[in-house]
Amino acid sequence: MAGPLLEVARLKRSFGGFQALGGVSFQVEAGEISAVIGPNGAGKTTLFNVITGHLAPDSGRVGFAGRDITGQPPHAICRLGLARSFQRTNIFPRLSVFENVQIAILSHERRAYGLWTGAQGLGRDRTMEILEDVGLALRAADPSGSLSYGDQKQLELGIALALEPTLLLLDEPTAGMSPQETRTSVALVARIARERKLTVLFTEHDMDVVFSVAQRIRVLHQGRLIAEGAPEEIRGLAEVKRVYFGEGAIRTRRAP
Amino acid sequence: MVLARRTAVATAATALLAVPLGLPKFYLLLATEILIMGLFAMAFNLLLGYGGMVSFGHAAFYGVGAYTCGLLLKKADVPFAVSFLAAPVVAAAVALVFGLLCIRLTRIYFSMLTLAFSQIVWAIAFKWYSLTGGDNGLIGIPVPSALADPRALYLFTVAIVVLVGGLLWRLVNAPFGRTLLAVRENAERAEFVGIHVRRVQLAAFVISGGVSGLAGALFSLFSRGAFPDYAYWTKSAEVLLMTLLGGPYVFLGPALGAAILIALNSIVTSFTEYWPVVLGAVLLMLIYVFPGGVTRFFLVGPTAPARAPGEPR
Repeated sequence: MAGPLLEVARLKRSFGGFQALGGVSFQVEAGEISAVIGPNGAGKTTLFNVITGHLAPDSGRVGFAGRDITGQPPHAICRLGLARSFQRTNIFPRLSVFENVQIAILSHERRAYGLWTGAQGLGRDRTMEILEDVGLALRAADPSGSLSYGDQKQLELGIALALEPTLLLLDEPTAGMSPQETRTSVALVARIARERKLTVLFTEHDMDVVFSVAQRIRVLHQGRLIAEGAPEEIRGLAEVKRVYFGEGAIRTRRAP
Repeated sequence: MVLARRTAVATAATALLAVPLGLPKFYLLLATEILIMGLFAMAFNLLLGYGGMVSFGHAAFYGVGAYTCGLLLKKADVPFAVSFLAAPVVAAAVALVFGLLCIRLTRIYFSMLTLAFSQIVWAIAFKWYSLTGGDNGLIGIPVPSALADPRALYLFTVAIVVLVGGLLWRLVNAPFGRTLLAVRENAERAEFVGIHVRRVQLAAFVISGGVSGLAGALFSLFSRGAFPDYAYWTKSAEVLLMTLLGGPYVFLGPALGAAILIALNSIVTSFTEYWPVVLGAVLLMLIYVFPGGVTRFFLVGPTAPARAPGEPR
């Protein structure tokens, strides 16, 4: 495909007097795994909400796969192949783990509105495949609300993957996870992204994750993009150090 | 295995439904009324239990169904089959109009708007004397001779309720039913898996309204009349109570709730005029003894009193 997969141009969005996004522009190339970092309140979640259609921008434009998707409703944007996960777990708590993923699969296969054929076995293989991937196959029959926080995050990822997106937006995918869960989760996303040539854009506070996974990093500060580049470039930038990490240097704990 | 179970269920149901035919007329009429209200409650529960939408105005569709069937038969001399089938169609059309406006709102605002619309329907039925007969109601609906006998009408009701109940059962177990549950559980997430949430809610609203209208048409045949009460808010409250009493999270729960409430009403009113006192006691029982409904009580066992009635698991 010619051109970038995702193109964000001069996005602005205010809440009351607070400008959450002050004219953000960037492009995401197909196949790239990249991160948006920035302190709390920098506008990362607002950015995701605007891209996925949850919020309309005050001005600016979002282009996806060559189309203008600005202001389209979330379900329409999702249909085009843009899936997301949420910062706070966002699942169907009283449905089983299986049903959570099955809904996404039926929706993706355009079978979610069927009125006649029983739903019970529909998409079973594909659903179990996804659950296998995210390590929840054994919990398939349990109510998803009974899962631990980390497992709910994994399920959320499973729901997003079931949509077979071309672009996956992950809002702090490892927030609240144990170090062990974080490693598994990161490895999983990296593997699936590689296998399916998936483009991933994520926000994250865990710098180990950011610097080990992202091929490209964007730094958001007070609603503006202040830096963009490869991890090694970003690590060296004084401006980034100052706004994001205080006066100290960026320290990353290297995994052994 | 599945087939054997289905056969068993079908046999049991048939046997159960055949019993009233051998009973005195009083019980036959009671059973007919239970079936009709059971259908109304199941239709209502498509929204409440499956869709998570609390309609306070479902009597509107029930009333529209009853008046449509009654008016076509009495004032327009339309053949029975057409009049009867027009009822759910007109009720669904009305539900489409109301639904388009109501589903834009959520929770209590949705409920209040459905209530407002149903009161408009009631007011029309109550005031438009030349058409509806106003507060006298539309009386003397000509029921075809084949259905004049209470037994015949009972069998006709059984056939319609089993058929339409079966269709509803298919519907809630089909992908649409799953999707509706997902919307109930988390509309935001549903939107982000590509589900057009409003459209799903509207579809459920229209189907529910249509089936409610069918129940209303059945009742107009049963009572040989249509009255403004059918569209009054107390009727909406009644179907809500039946549904909660039986249990909104079991398919047949609302129908069971209808059976309990109607049977209880019939027994109690033969002894005393203080039915509202008993109704109040039933409400208290519902909240403290059967949170989640009678069916839940027997399927899952006693649970702690619900903080919010109708909140399952």
